Parts: sequence; structure tokens; C-alpha cells
Amino acid sequence: MYVAVKGGEAAIANAHRLLADRRRGDRSVPALRLDQIIEQLGLAVDRAMGEGSLYDRELAALAIIQSRGDLIEAIFLVRAYRTTLPRFGYSKPIDTAAMKIERRVSATFKDLPGGQLLGPTFDYTHRLLDPSIAEGAAVDEAMARASADEPAPRVTDLLDHQGLIEPDVSEVQEEIGDLTREPLEFPLNRDRRLQALARGDEGFLLALGYSTQRGYGRSHPFVGEIRIGEVEVELDIPELGFAVNLGRIRVTECQMVNKFRGNAKVPPQFTRGYGLVFGQAERKAMAMSLVDRSLRAAELGEDVNHPAQDEEFVISHSDNVQSTGFVEHLKLPHYVDFQGELGLLREMRAEHDVHAPAGTLPLAARVGEGGAPGSERVAPPLPASPARGEVPGSIEDTSPAEAAE
Amino acid sequence: MNIAKYNFAYLDEQTKRMIRRAILKAIAVPGYQVPFASREMPMPYGWGTGGVQVTASIIGPNDVLKVIDQGADDTTNAVSIRAFFAKVAQVEVTTHTEEATIIQTRHRIPEAKLTEGQVLVYQVPIPEPLRFLEPRETETRKMHALEEYGLMHVKLYEDIAKHGRIATTYAYPVKVEGRYVMDPSPTPKFDNPKMHMSEALQLFGAGREKRIYAVPPYTEVVSLDFEDHPFEIQHFEEPCALCGATGVYLDEVILDDKGGHMFVCSDTDNCEDRREHGHRGKLAGHALEAAE
Repeated sequence: MYVAVKGGEAAIANAHRLLADRRRGDRSVPALRLDQIIEQLGLAVDRAMGEGSLYDRELAALAIIQSRGDLIEAIFLVRAYRTTLPRFGYSKPIDTAAMKIERRVSATFKDLPGGQLLGPTFDYTHRLLDPSIAEGAAVDEAMARASADEPAPRVTDLLDHQGLIEPDVSEVQEEIGDLTREPLEFPLNRDRRLQALARGDEGFLLALGYSTQRGYGRSHPFVGEIRIGEVEVELDIPELGFAVNLGRIRVTECQMVNKFRGNAKVPPQFTRGYGLVFGQAERKAMAMSLVDRSLRAAELGEDVNHPAQDEEFVISHSDNVQSTGFVEHLKLPHYVDFQGELGLLREMRAEHDVHAPAGTLPLAARVGEGGAPGSERVAPPLPASPARGEVPGSIEDTSPAEAAE
Repeated sequence: MNIAKYNFAYLDEQTKRMIRRAILKAIAVPGYQVPFASREMPMPYGWGTGGVQVTASIIGPNDVLKVIDQGADDTTNAVSIRAFFAKVAQVEVTTHTEEATIIQTRHRIPEAKLTEGQVLVYQVPIPEPLRFLEPRETETRKMHALEEYGLMHVKLYEDIAKHGRIATTYAYPVKVEGRYVMDPSPTPKFDNPKMHMSEALQLFGAGREKRIYAVPPYTEVVSLDFEDHPFEIQHFEEPCALCGATGVYLDEVILDDKGGHMFVCSDTDNCEDRREHGHRGKLAGHALEAAE
């Protein structure tokens, strides 16, 4: 019995060995290779890169295999590696207007310079399971676009030219913060808030964005534009005195155009909600732009009444690596604290029983013999009490401190 | 693929410097929660990342490390953290309280009195003692700044009104050096008196919440109470069933489904040490082996 609380290095090692065995599965089935994950589970790789905040397809693919496809675990693996990497510097802002576009849709204009491009989307597919994929049927090559390469200015820039939308950056900041290097302190500026949202959990942001559509902080959004494609990353090298191109990354950008009626100081104009995510992650980018806009409620003089408008609530709980760690820590031993609660509860029960109306069985009589500390008449395990329902004022009425963690 | 090598004690030196600065500030302002840029660690948030970062920042090659969870050296998470430092810092590890220069702990303070030169590093889940009274960080920071602790006293009073006593058995709030109200981490209130005027340096790390705080040696740590409801620690009526110790914190171990149970030391090192010195509880010896 006593050893039940003992973990021991051997137990841990054996558990991890079993984990590795289960991860590999049936040895007669070929092992997954990184390139298979990268090529054929690309959107899972994108999510691990995005919420892992590290643009590296190979590492993300490795994390996905190592985590047996548990994406939050994969994100955690990527993050824990990322945090050890030295910082060489901060890149120049990417220019999404110069993106090599693969997909671009606007819900606000039927046609616009650069055109609408559906790209590789699930939209308009009929969600019918396709047995030919299971059979390994050959897949046609994609059609290559005749590279007209017409410039595709951002929809928000087009609106901006006419003064119909708020300018791109309303507050000029001297330095952009870095969420991963500096303590998080509320209230945040929008730069850090966007960083937090960009690495925030897709499901959490999706639900919050959805809640704004259902009336919990409505912001009247239109998808001004979603664009997916590759952008160049440039880094200023102080020794050289000019920016060097480091390569290209694929990103998804979403600009929501939202209503705003203006006030005494600001003429009526549309407002922006912004989403930018690594890889192809349209759902995440859209949810992010909805939540970004709703978190600007206070800045734009709107009432802050709903969860999606509450910065401290949203940002404190958007990180799935933090959330999963703390939720799952509940399975760690807590028996020292539980012992304290047990002792207190028994004391209170003993006292209660003394004052209980005649005819009510005292606790000890109901559950057997006592003999626990802190009280003369107590017995484990408490919830097993068979006659609990008969006692006026049940356990719930005398629950101990809820402040306890 | 080029996987980088890890630095001594895992964290890079820049990060250690940042954490050491936070620690120094925390020591200078006892009980004050210093925000720091907590890193992702290779173990989950909520599993001791704050304590691990503090330990990683102060540990040197000559340190001797002890890690306990629930008072025990052999609980799985303690084993895991100890193995982590043995691997990334190649330091000597021990289970003996007096041999250790750094003791990382979750939920307990060792029974043996800590001495000068030792550092006790606590893993902290929720560093803010006011958090369950006021969920907003922006508000609680203000309350600390203004030394506005009335709400906490009201909470303790409401406990007395409802339950006839202060119904907090662990994470029992303390006041440090007459200024900051501090969460001692979820240690049982039994351990609170050990913090008072401790010879050892006490450091608290909360990784997920990104806060570090400290109690320097020989600092006043007072558990909050009322004159007519003075602070009391838990008392156990039975001694440890293995080593016969009294006046220590005990864990209840259930032996069967008929109410059979035994009480054993939460501090396994203290218990083993006593047994080595010939102390015997009523279930030491054959009864224990039978149970196993």
C-alpha cells in the first residue's frame, strides 16, 4: 500500500518505454517519415508552427510524430525547443501587400485589383468521405496559374486611401514588445496582444470569435480580405548597414472591417480587426481578427461587457500550453493538502454531529470506526457515508475553504 | 536536422541573468511578487516550471540538490525534476535534507530545520494570495501597492462566521516583514511557522503566472489571524505508523475498504532517518511488508 505513492525512476522509465512502443504501433506498418507529415499533413504542421511560434516545418513534423498526433503536445514540444534558441535580432515588418499570393478572397468587394483567388481551400468541397484516397488513387497535378502577377493591394489599403477606415497603426509605438522575452503585464498594448493571439489556441479563439457573432460583444464584422501566400523576411544587419533577405515564409492574413460610427474627435469610419498566422490557418486568422477587434472595445470607447472584450480574461487563458499544463497538473499528487482538508472536514462534521438534532446518526456510527487525527470521532473515507442523505445539512453546506488551490 | 545542445542547467545565460535580477529584487522586497519573463520549460506549466527556472538560475556545479513533492523524494514529479537537473546540470543529488544546498519543493517544507546557506525553492501554482478574492491582476497589484488587505481579513472573518474557524488548511496567507501579504504556496498551514525567521533563503517561482518572490533569511513571516481566533497548525493524534514521530505532518494511507488506514510521515527522508536511528512505529516491520 505504502508504495502506491512511490513513483520511482523505474516506473517512469517503463512508462515512457511503453509510450514509445504505442507511438510506433504495429512494427509491420512502415514508420512515418518527416517528409510524409510535411507533405501530407501540412495543415497540422502549420498549426504546430503557428501556436508553437517557430517557423520550422521539419521540427513541427517531428513534434507531431513524437506527440502521436496530439497537436497541443506537439505545440508544447516546439515551444520548449524554441525558448532555448538565441535571438539574433528582430526582422523588419513583413509586407503582406507584396505577398506571393496563393489564395485571396474578399467578402466586401465583388472584384478588386489583383482579383479573387480561391486557392487550395476546403470551401465548396462537399464533405463526403472519399474512398479513393484510402485506395491511394493517383491525384492530378494542380493547374499552374499564368503568372500575370498583377499587384494585389490590400483591401484595407484601398479603403484607407478614401479615408473610410481607420489608419493602419493608430498609436505610434517606439518599440515593439516581445511577449516571449518580457514579463506579461496588463493592460497590454496591441502589439503584445496580437502576439498572444497569434500563438493562442485556435479552439479558444474560435469560440470567443463565435461568441461575438452571437451577441456577446458584437462588432459587425466583414471579411475585408483573407490572403494566404509567401512573404519575404528581411533582417537589418547593423554591421552591413542594410537589410538582408532571410527567405520566405507562408502566412495567412485576415483583415476584418468592422463598424464604428465615430465620435466628436474621430469622423465616422470603419475599424479593423487583424489576424496573422504562420502557414495556412484561415480559421485561426479569422477568429484572431474577430477577437482582436473585440478586445479593442475599451480603446474605441465601447462598453466592455462580454468575455471576448476582456483583455485580461482572454489573454490569460488563450495559451493552450499554459492551460493544458495547469489543468493537467491536477493529476499530480495533492495528498498533503487533501489531508489538511480531510482533517478540517472531519472536525467540522464532528462538531456538526454534536449539534445535530436527536435521531440523526453521528458520522462515526455511520461509516465505521474512527481514529483519525484532529478530531475524536472521525472516519475515512467520508463520501462513502451510506446515510448521507438523511443528515440535515449535508456536506455541501459546510464545504471548506474554496480559496484553496 | 541540427538540434542544438543545451546550456548548463538548460537555460541560456541571458535568461539566467534575467531571472537572477528578478530574484535579487524579490529578496530586496520580501513578499513582493516580481514579474519575470518566464520561459517555456521542457515540463508542463503547473508542474514546477517556476521552481525549475529559479533552481536552474541559481544552481552551480558544486551544489547538491534535493527535490521533494508532497514531502517525499520519490514521488514521480520529484523524481522527474531531480533527474532533469542531474542530466542538464550534472549536479550531485541527494534525498538528505541536511546535505542539500538547494531544495526544490512542492507543497511541503522539510521537517528538519533548515540552516544558513541552504536555499528552499518553492513551486508555486497561483502566487497571488488575493486571486480568489479578486481575479484581476490589474486590481490585485493595486491592492498590494496600497497595502489594502481588508478583503483578506473579511474572507477569514466570513470563514469564522460560516464554519466557526478559519477554514483554510493550506496556502494559508502570511504577512512578510509587516508589509506584503504572501501566498506560501499550497503548503499545509502546518508548515507556516517554519518560514518565520528561517535561516535558509526561501525563493518562490511561479512559471505560468510569471512571478518570483522571496523571503530572505531571518525574516518575519506571520500567519494572518484574529486575536480571538489565533492561528493554529494541524495536530495529529496518532504518531507516524512507521517511525513513531509526533509533531510532524502525516499522510493518511488507506489500507482497505473497511475504514482501515494508517498515518505515515509526509517527509520521507525524515522518516527514514528516524527509522535508521532505531525509532519504530506500530506498523514498522512485518506489517509494512505485508501491506506491500
